[in-house]
Amino acid sequence: MTNLEHIGAYVLMLFQVFRKPQKWDVFWTSLFKELDDLGLKSLGITAFIAFFVGGVVAIQTALNVDSPFIPKYLIGFATKRSMILEFAPTFVSVILAGKVGSYITSSIGTMRVTEQIDALEIMGINSLNYLVLPKVIAVLLFYPILVILAMFLGILGGWVAGILTDLFFTEDYIMGIQLEFNPYFIQYAIIKTVVFAFVIVTVSAYHGHKVSGGALEVGRASTKAVVWTSVVIILLNYFLTQMLLG
Amino acid sequence: MLEVINIHKSFGDAHILKGVSATFEKGKTSLVIGQSGSGKTVFIKCMVGLLDPEEGEISFDSRIFNGLKEKEKRQIRKEIGMVFQGSALYDSMTVEENVMFPLKMFTSLSKTEMLERVSFVLNRVHLPDANNKYPSELSGGMKKRVAIARAIVMRPKYLFCDEPNSGLDPQTAIVIDNLIREITQEYDIITVINSHDMNSVMEIGDKIIFLKDGEKAWEGTKEDIFRTDNEAVVNFVYSSNLYKKVREAYRKDM
Ligand SMILES: Nc1ncnc2c1ncn2[C@@H]1O[C@H](COP(=O)(O)OP(=O)(O)OP(=O)(O)O)[C@@H](O)[C@H]1O
Ligand SMILES: [Mg+2]
Repeated sequence: MTNLEHIGAYVLMLFQVFRKPQKWDVFWTSLFKELDDLGLKSLGITAFIAFFVGGVVAIQTALNVDSPFIPKYLIGFATKRSMILEFAPTFVSVILAGKVGSYITSSIGTMRVTEQIDALEIMGINSLNYLVLPKVIAVLLFYPILVILAMFLGILGGWVAGILTDLFFTEDYIMGIQLEFNPYFIQYAIIKTVVFAFVIVTVSAYHGHKVSGGALEVGRASTKAVVWTSVVIILLNYFLTQMLLG
Repeated sequence: MLEVINIHKSFGDAHILKGVSATFEKGKTSLVIGQSGSGKTVFIKCMVGLLDPEEGEISFDSRIFNGLKEKEKRQIRKEIGMVFQGSALYDSMTVEENVMFPLKMFTSLSKTEMLERVSFVLNRVHLPDANNKYPSELSGGMKKRVAIARAIVMRPKYLFCDEPNSGLDPQTAIVIDNLIREITQEYDIITVINSHDMNSVMEIGDKIIFLKDGEKAWEGTKEDIFRTDNEAVVNFVYSSNLYKKVREAYRKDM
């Protein structure tokens, strides 16, 4: 298949996914399961990474602004800005593309090669709608929360790093993070997150659903899915930034 | 009656089914036999609509399946039960949930009614105590039984089984074969089984269709198998010395 054909097949897949669920109570059960599998289970890694990235950004900014003409509150300001604008939405999405994306591809891919998807279809079930829609909805609901949490933890991580390294004072840091608060930036970050979340689920589901062969192909498809979602996220990040902030 | 008329199926350059026709009747277990790679699975998947044949017609009691829209196909599929070559149980669900799944999806039965139906079919396949086990905790034979239970829980009109007893010991294989035959007669349904197991053929084959290189090379009853001089069938069926002797003895008796 050429890249153009893949894009066509991907779009056709989306039409199958976004349909009314065949049975609502089955859908709700799947949705809660996916909120747990794809959402709650990503909480730990996201919190961990955000906290430490925040710390590192604060330390590096502090080390690079030791000129007496640059005010110390800039450290808090820079940490806040970079967490909200970039690290929380993009960094977390790329990490989740690896974690959640590969999980989705391999679980759907395994269902494909063990004929479980055929077994769904044979019962008269739209397998894409049944398997993918709850995942998309779960992730669209949960990832904005996850990213906002990542922003807070990143800023907190920056402050803790300051205390531990004595590179700046708490008062300066707090002053920095209160400076020029722009709610549009949060909106911007959430828009990005929602787009990335959509890409993570649908692109990895696409790769899983079209696997043919065996365990080896499932592994290959997972790798491919992670690479592609990351590439798409990085590209979309560029265009969205230009569109929303430019 | 299930009618297959002149179906062709290719993958790229490989022409797998080259115009196969067959009819299958109610209350009968029909066996599709043939060497590995002869196209049995492709044939059954074309019949149930998992693959689209390029040419030909499949008609379920005069409803032509392969011209239908996806939505209308789903309607007919609710009347189809299928047992896959590898059982295809849903890994993330217990035995009970696997069997209950079609009921949940397509009926408005209460939970108690569903549980009743589930335990009825699980008893029917002689698997009463495995409700809360996961597929990974079952033996091959148990998986097949669950797959059969799941296939019949919606009381289908058509039952398709792709090698229901491959990988099972001869004794269990015969139990599974007979189970499918009994269910077929009891519910008066149309059953099509893919197999390359001669025991099954002799045990339950009301009608036998022999596929060779994507074509129907022979068709008949299990009695006909002893009488036929069709070289391809004789070579396939009597590849073992034991069956050669059985054939000679049978022919002498005739
Ligand atoms: N999706 C596919 N793409 C390409 N070729 C396929 C596909 N499915 C089956 N084939 C080819 O079709 C031929 C028939 O395969 P099929 O699975 O129907 O054989 P079979 O008779 O069921 O064999 P077995 O007894 O081993 O299950 C094989 O040569 C196989 O390689
Ligand atoms: Mg096969």
